[in-house]
Amino acid sequence: MIKSMEHITASCVIENRTIYKNGKAVYISGALDAIDFLSSAYRHFDLQYPKFYKMDPLSRLGWIATEILLGPGWDTSIYRPQDIAIVLSNANSSLDTDRRYNETTRDIPSPSVFVYTLPNIMIGEISIRHGFKGENAFFLSPSFDPVLLANYSSLLLQQGIASTAITGWVDLLGPQYKAALFLIERTQGPDTPDFSPETMQAIFQNPSKPWM
Amino acid sequence: MNDIFVAADHIVSPLGMGTSHNFRALKAGKTGVDRQERPAMSDHPFYAALFDPAEFTGGSFTKFEQLLQVSITDALNISGIRPGDKRTVLIICSTKGNAHLLDEDPNTPPENISLPASAARLAKTFRLDAAPIVVSNACISGLLGMITGMRLIRAGLFENAVVSGADVISRFILSGFGSFQALSSGHCKPFDKDRDGINLGEGAATVVLSSRSDYNKGLRLRGGSVSNDANHISGPSRTGMELCQTIERSLLDAFAAREEIGFISTHGTATSYNDEMEAKAITLAGLNHVPVNSLKGYYGHTLGAAGLIESIVTMQSMREGLILPSPGFEQNGVTTPLNVVTTLLSTPLTTCLKTASGFGGCNAAVVLGK
Repeated sequence: MIKSMEHITASCVIENRTIYKNGKAVYISGALDAIDFLSSAYRHFDLQYPKFYKMDPLSRLGWIATEILLGPGWDTSIYRPQDIAIVLSNANSSLDTDRRYNETTRDIPSPSVFVYTLPNIMIGEISIRHGFKGENAFFLSPSFDPVLLANYSSLLLQQGIASTAITGWVDLLGPQYKAALFLIERTQGPDTPDFSPETMQAIFQNPSKPWM
Repeated sequence: MNDIFVAADHIVSPLGMGTSHNFRALKAGKTGVDRQERPAMSDHPFYAALFDPAEFTGGSFTKFEQLLQVSITDALNISGIRPGDKRTVLIICSTKGNAHLLDEDPNTPPENISLPASAARLAKTFRLDAAPIVVSNACISGLLGMITGMRLIRAGLFENAVVSGADVISRFILSGFGSFQALSSGHCKPFDKDRDGINLGEGAATVVLSSRSDYNKGLRLRGGSVSNDANHISGPSRTGMELCQTIERSLLDAFAAREEIGFISTHGTATSYNDEMEAKAITLAGLNHVPVNSLKGYYGHTLGAAGLIESIVTMQSMREGLILPSPGFEQNGVTTPLNVVTTLLSTPLTTCLKTASGFGGCNAAVVLGK
């Protein structure tokens, strides 16, 4: 383990038709499936980004989680675009869209579906939305691996490769989905916990628990 | 900062098994790219570098896993790293992994396609007890795997990293690039004015990185960097500024001066947009006079393995003091011309650059040095 000197300055968890920000449920929907739920959240928060509807479900999930994570409150201008890193992971890669693309190959293969058959496309979507130009990494793990994400994000900040990092988990396959994103910064607020795998795991498991 | 030594490297490709075997074929001007008639993959003939359909089949491992297994086995033997070493991490790099299974059965269960499951099987086979890491970041996966290994070793988390990448060409992948009109109708022509798209290729490659000086075989991974264009998910930057940023940051990371770079192994996919962007980036970085090639004419685009295969060939170029000609290049076809090598060039090389870019707007570069 790398000894962390950073803090989690925001978190966003999306699961079971609920969006949590910093330990509080900020949106609950009665929508039945993942697509409906994400669309209703998009409308609820009035996110105004027509490209949203071009994205595949996995990118929509990661994109909305990032919008809520950063919120209207985060001032990106304090960082240079090239110093903002995005380090994401999941278990099922882009399999949800892989299957959908594979179906199109029986008829006419669809380039607009094929482009989403890579999990890091969601990093591209987030980068385009905010103009982030720093480090990227997409890791696949059998389950949420806070040790890998914390180590990698910490080393980016501590080796001077990035000044801030958005890291976490965005997984979607059919009806199953879960996102848990963390904003990692060197600065410290009144309620910002230290950046550690234990804190990440605690937030991942109990998103409605207030921060310690 | 600690040196990161290259303890071993190994390529499995349609050109052969092992780095020196591959390099002999390249020096002789052989290419793995050929006209293919594979009804299982395409209703029409196409140009790609593929293994014989009978190779790497059978057994309990998928074709993707077998490619990695063969490459890792040989790389570990060359390196001298013993199984059971807890200070060694396995890093697997791929864009699509086992997705070729979808060609035969669209309902292949997730656990059979899962890349983390493949990585766990391979780690167990080689008794590498640390949890394996899987990098899946489009066509920079191979370089990002090397950079990840380097950084984890620098941070003191591991002594050694076995970075291995592979991709298998399938109907899935071929039809996808075809749907983008991105496939060449013949042999690909990187940086040429008549370039009309890519050739796809199959392959696997492994680089073993180590901080231990007893594994110093004379070559180092000196630095690396990654960036995003923040421009378009399927097209590269219009300016090349972001790849340029990556090149400059990788030089800083390596404590290398621009003047030290004796050769650049480009991504050079032979699509109109990639080569144009890459030429702009290299020019912006002030490296447009440096000899460059693209190896895509020999191997095709091997996707998640490309960064590894092309880094290894670059390292062999450094060992032998030979720059390979860039197949398919006759007349400059980019607005900022590069010094594309067209004949086998004998020259001592001490520091080289390898670049890559991919869907999602990602860019990566590494500095390799003696």
